[in-house]
This record gives sequence, structure tokens and C-alpha cells, in this order.
Amino acid sequence: MMKPVGQPASIAAPAGASKTLLQVQSLFFQRNQLTILQNVQLTVDAGEVVLIRGENGSGKSTLIRLLTGLVPAQEPFEVTLDEQRFDPKDPRCQIQFQYLGHNLGLKDNLTCAENLKFYADFLGRRDDVTVQGALNACGLDGYQYSEAGRMSAGQRKRLALARLLLCPARIWFLDEPYSNLDAEGITLVDRLLQRHISEDGRALMTSHGTFVPQVSNHRELEIDGWTP
Amino acid sequence: MSLPRAVLALLARDLRLALRRRSEMLAPVLFLLMVATLFPLGLGPDRDLLVTIAPGVIWVISLLACLLSLNLLFYADLEDGTLDQLIISRWPLPVLALAKVGAHWLVSGLPVVLVAPVVAVAYGLSAETISIIALSLLLGTPILSSIGAIGVSLSVGLRRGGMFLSLLVLPLYVPVIIFATAAVTASLEGFSPAASLYLLAAMLVLAVTTAPFAIAAGLRISVS
Repeated sequence: MMKPVGQPASIAAPAGASKTLLQVQSLFFQRNQLTILQNVQLTVDAGEVVLIRGENGSGKSTLIRLLTGLVPAQEPFEVTLDEQRFDPKDPRCQIQFQYLGHNLGLKDNLTCAENLKFYADFLGRRDDVTVQGALNACGLDGYQYSEAGRMSAGQRKRLALARLLLCPARIWFLDEPYSNLDAEGITLVDRLLQRHISEDGRALMTSHGTFVPQVSNHRELEIDGWTP
Repeated sequence: MSLPRAVLALLARDLRLALRRRSEMLAPVLFLLMVATLFPLGLGPDRDLLVTIAPGVIWVISLLACLLSLNLLFYADLEDGTLDQLIISRWPLPVLALAKVGAHWLVSGLPVVLVAPVVAVAYGLSAETISIIALSLLLGTPILSSIGAIGVSLSVGLRRGGMFLSLLVLPLYVPVIIFATAAVTASLEGFSPAASLYLLAAMLVLAVTTAPFAIAAGLRISVS
């Protein structure tokens, strides 16, 4: 939904769908007295990928970080998950989601396998995926003993994506998952997303580019940046 | 998945990272050895004078070594996004903060505790005084790490937070150095150091039990 230039950003989406998993209402955010996000409403259904599109600085990343609880809410807003209140500071909700941001959460001095092993021990590991399996699935077979700091930006991104595969979560919050990736990496993201939604997972992701996720069930929302 | 396993994973990862970057790990010990060597060169080889100043010198150097090593805490985690992952994980952040501080003390505080007695021998202190110095450092350096971590958690998001960190943390270090050196001076003069050591132990308990909550709050502010 487009807004005239100079208006605060807002996202509108049809609410009240039957199998709504994640519902966000009246989210509001200001920075330096500029209203960046106002009256944001969105839903992510079960088995659906929702792509938030917007220019640089339009508040996409902030929206995601607000939902993960990393950025504290300035005004209370309502997020519900299966009609229950979703509080990102509650451990019962934290176990439900994973976040992949611009900073990937990898340690340069650890090898690929050690990085993943840490997250497997720290966040929990899916029974049907091993560290090696996740590396192979992300095209990093043979790199398990390479230090993450010595790999290219795209390979590091793949390593971070392997974490999504390895650790269980129903909701993925992905901030620019396509950045730094080659054509094969982009299909890798799509493959991971497809697999995630086929298991009734949900993903909310951002993009400033023109990539459209090649998955069976996705929706796009436009976010309009505040232009001074 | 359980909390102990997650904490162990975090601790093991931090120790492994420290082993991969040995130069950073050895810096506090080298700092202690270098500065302790410079004092006799500057003051002259007067044995009585060196014995008198040794406890204070060793403690001041240890405190500064701890201050210098604080930059290893949380900065890398903030930059590479690990801190985000720690905060949004389901585990209580104060417990994770305590694990981070524990790992930091093991690689920067404990080596100082172990090397300080060697420096004390070089200064010609008696065996009894050396044991009091070692004990006071064992009790005191974890306090320095805990208090320092509060300062780091608040300044980690600032671009040039180093000066702010020193200003914030040094006044809080004052009671630690007062009671630690009081214990050593008491034993040098033939009195019992117990009172000061007990106070130091009480401060340690206070720091380890309350600092993690302050660190967690500071980290949440720094990432937002």
C-alpha cells in the first residue's frame, strides 16, 4: 500500500484470516523525533512467507528488531501468536523464533563446524539435522574446518543460514536474507524457506532488492520510508 | 536443552576463542611483569622501600591490567551480532552475563592472580605476605571483572567509550583496592588481615550476585 512521500510508514494487511499465526497491531516507532513506523498491522499465516519491501532507512530492520524484542517498544503494541499474546521477552515465546540480522552472529576465530556446534548446544538442535548435514545442505561441505573469518561474505551468510536449518523454530525473522548471496545462494534461501513453510513454519523477511522468494506461498507488503 | 548445557557451551566457546587469540590473553600478565620491573628501576634498589611499596604496586598494576583487558568483553559480541542472539535466546540474560564474566576472569584475572606471587617474590616479600597478596587478588579480581563488565555493558555501544569506561569504573574500584591493600599492610605490620579479607569476600559475593542483573540491563540498552 503506497503512501504519499512525507507520510510516516505504514503497512496494511487484511487481518482476521482464519489460520492467522502471527498478528501485529498498531505498532509505532519514532527515532530522532521522526515517526518511522506508525499503525503497522500485519499478519503472517501458518505456512506463509511474508516479504516486507521498502527503501533503505524505511524501518524494515527496526520493525523486525521490534518484533524480536531487541529494540524496546516505545508504545505498547499487540502481537498475538495463535491468539495468545506474543511477548518476545518471554522464554516460551523466545523458543518459537529465530532471528537472522545484518550481523550474522558468527565468530571469526571459530571454524564453521564450531560456530554451528555452539548454536546447536546453545539454542537446541533439530533431531533430524546434524551439524555436518546443515553445512552440506548450505553448500559448505568441505569447509567445516575453515575459520569463519577467512571465508567470503556470501559463504558466511550461508553459514548463518545453516543455523536456521539446524536449530528448531516456528517463526523466522530474516533481515535481508538475500544480501551478499550469489544466484545459487539465492535459490538456497528459497529452498530453506520452502522447506520451512512446508513444515508449517512462518517467515517474516525484509528486502530492498527486487528478489521475489520462489516459494509456494508468499505475500509482499510495501513499507514507505519517511522522506524529510 | 537445559540451561547448564547452554551456559557450558557459552563458557567453552569463550575459552576456545581466548585460546585462539593468545596475545590478547597474555596482555594482562605481560603488563603486570613489565610495569613491576620498571618500579625498582625508577625508585632504586632500596630493599626496605620496595618491600613497603610492593603490595600497593602489585595491586595497582593488577587493577590497571584488569581495566585494560575489559575491552575483550562484549565488544566483539556486539559487532558480530552474537549479543543479539544471546539476548533473544530463551535463557536468562543475567546468567549468560555471569558466564561471560566468568570466562573473562579465567583468561585475564586468574593469570594475574597466579603470576603476582612471582612478582612479590622478586620484590623480596615474606612468604606470609605473599600468600595474603595472592588471596586478596583471588577475592578481588573477580570483583574487578564484575564491576568492569557493568561499565562495558553501558559503554559498548559508544564509538569511543574507553574514556567513559575508565571514568565510570575506576571510582567503583576504589573500595576494592583500599581493603585489599589494607589486608596486606596489616599482615606486614603483624596484625591479622582477616577483617579486610572478610570484607573483600563480602564484596565479592555482592558483586557476583548483583552485577549480572546490571550487566544484562546495560546490554539490552546497548543493542537497542
